[in-house]
Amino acid sequence: MAAAAERRPVWMRAMIYGFVATWFILAAFPFIWTVWGSFKVELDFFSIADWTYALTGERTKAEYGSAFTDAGYRGAWIQEEFYRNFFNTAIVCFFVVCTSLTIGTLGGYALSRSSYNYTFWLLITALIFRAMPPVTLVAGYLLPFFQWNLWGHLATTIIVLVAINQPFTLWMLHSFFKKIPQELDESAKVDGCTQFQAFRHVIIPVMWPGVITTGLFSFLLAYNDFVVTSMLLEEKNRTMVPQIAAFLGTTYTEGNVMFAVAAVVSATVPLFILVMFFQRQIVSGLTAGAVKG
Amino acid sequence: MKHRTFFWFFLPTAIAMLLFIAAPIVSVLIQSVFAPHEAVLIEVENCTPLVGCTTETMIDQEATRDLREAQPLGRFVGLDIYLDRAHLAIEEVGQIWSTSETWGSFWSRIFNLPFYRAMSFTLTYTFVVTPALIVLGLMIALAVNSLHRHLKGLMIFFSLLPMIVTPIIGSLILFWMVDSRGVLGSALVSLAGDPNFSLKASTGLTWVMLIIYGIWSSAPFAFVVFYAGLQTLPRDTLEAAQIDGATRWQQVRYVIIPHLTPLVTFVALIQLMDNFRVLEPIIGFNASAHATSLSWIILNDLGGETRQLSSASANSVLTLIGVAILLSPVLVRTWQDFKRKT
Repeated sequence: MAAAAERRPVWMRAMIYGFVATWFILAAFPFIWTVWGSFKVELDFFSIADWTYALTGERTKAEYGSAFTDAGYRGAWIQEEFYRNFFNTAIVCFFVVCTSLTIGTLGGYALSRSSYNYTFWLLITALIFRAMPPVTLVAGYLLPFFQWNLWGHLATTIIVLVAINQPFTLWMLHSFFKKIPQELDESAKVDGCTQFQAFRHVIIPVMWPGVITTGLFSFLLAYNDFVVTSMLLEEKNRTMVPQIAAFLGTTYTEGNVMFAVAAVVSATVPLFILVMFFQRQIVSGLTAGAVKG
Repeated sequence: MKHRTFFWFFLPTAIAMLLFIAAPIVSVLIQSVFAPHEAVLIEVENCTPLVGCTTETMIDQEATRDLREAQPLGRFVGLDIYLDRAHLAIEEVGQIWSTSETWGSFWSRIFNLPFYRAMSFTLTYTFVVTPALIVLGLMIALAVNSLHRHLKGLMIFFSLLPMIVTPIIGSLILFWMVDSRGVLGSALVSLAGDPNFSLKASTGLTWVMLIIYGIWSSAPFAFVVFYAGLQTLPRDTLEAAQIDGATRWQQVRYVIIPHLTPLVTFVALIQLMDNFRVLEPIIGFNASAHATSLSWIILNDLGGETRQLSSASANSVLTLIGVAILLSPVLVRTWQDFKRKT
């Protein structure tokens, strides 16, 4: 491709670089700006007087003696006890990922190794389930959950998120298991293994790349979910995302917008680290579904 | 694999999906034809000496509570909820139809009804954002693909951010920037030359803002998929086209795009499904005064002190019908492919 690039006329190369640079700014600038601004006071980040205050931090200097302040973070994490929401998110994500990978691996493996027609229908059903907006299901949960006292617990939310996650997990693991040659477990079965033993001793050692990729997407779903967590959790065990939404209602009136800004930046950091370490897996996961067409 | 083994392997995931996806749909269907009980009224006769007796109608609190506990679903009302003003509003639409003189006034009055208002934004959002993000994603993929190797990795890293970040967080970040005191907002104010200019005050601009957010947050998905597709581009075909004297545009048009067509279908399918459920940006941008979506009205019914389960359920069923219509071409095609194979 390098040779082809050299043959491009100058104006075209300039256009390509210009376009890429524009997109880069569009994609990255909002995040950089917000991270920078989260260390300022509100009058700097939302400056009526002069927008450059957000860069230099005039008001922050006047108030705290330095251009940076951690007041927003203190307010969010200590005063508003955002760490509770952080731990709740950690618990939900951990259990959602573990449970949905365990049952999804078994199901996806079965789908990839059965040659009967019903696997096709199961996959289509999963696709239809995937297409349904989660919010349409929430109305169906509330009444039974209230009746049976299941509402408001982290465990309920975890199970619901696992179930909503299953269609996608099945599709993804199905296509990963398809890539593992069937001869592997067939030969184990010839040697006298049952199907489960073949899975346990032959497939499990080689399945990790696909499982890790799928796990990343399960994590993202649980981490980013707003609808289920905001409708099924009580105020005292909210996760981060519904808590940020709740901040909006209260902080605008109390003048603590910077708490919300700090909370937003805090909640973005784990995702940032995730992309940094697992970029390759995320890219391969996004394309895994596409390869099948 | 034997049926029996398959059954045991598949059982856990099947139970999860049956209990928490299939059963709630049934439950939503049932709830949508039941309305909450009306309060039980009793007539009490108040007699005061000299004045006489008056009968008063009062709510019998105890009987109402008993009735609500005995039948938590409510009373059966058939399709009434679907047809009332908050949903399909058949009567109102009929009235508007017969009294409106022009198409313009007909539509503007229709869009004041909550369901149609949400429907119009949801459809506009879905069918503007999806093609736009595919085009933008393709352009980014082609441009990044021609960069140097080290730059590619950096571009992919930063491109993933808008997509991977929690939708509410992403929309808040943009919202704070376009706030009239934020950096982009104040730039727009000085551009417009009107100190009271605000994106939030106008319906049209709010829609534009939400649509831009939609494209910004989903274009990376299209970009990554197309970029991966470009890596498997058959070199021979491209070289043959070059030898035959195809211009760059012709190479893109006749070699690259046909190669990517299955991926375009895939991205379009996923994005249609995801954009149809648009909800978080409306909350993040605090835009519900100017734009509501089908998902938003369901959440609005469910939230707050009075959880209007019946209304939310009816809206959910209508949304699911919408999803089914959207998905039907794909399902029909898959079914035809399947029949051809077997």
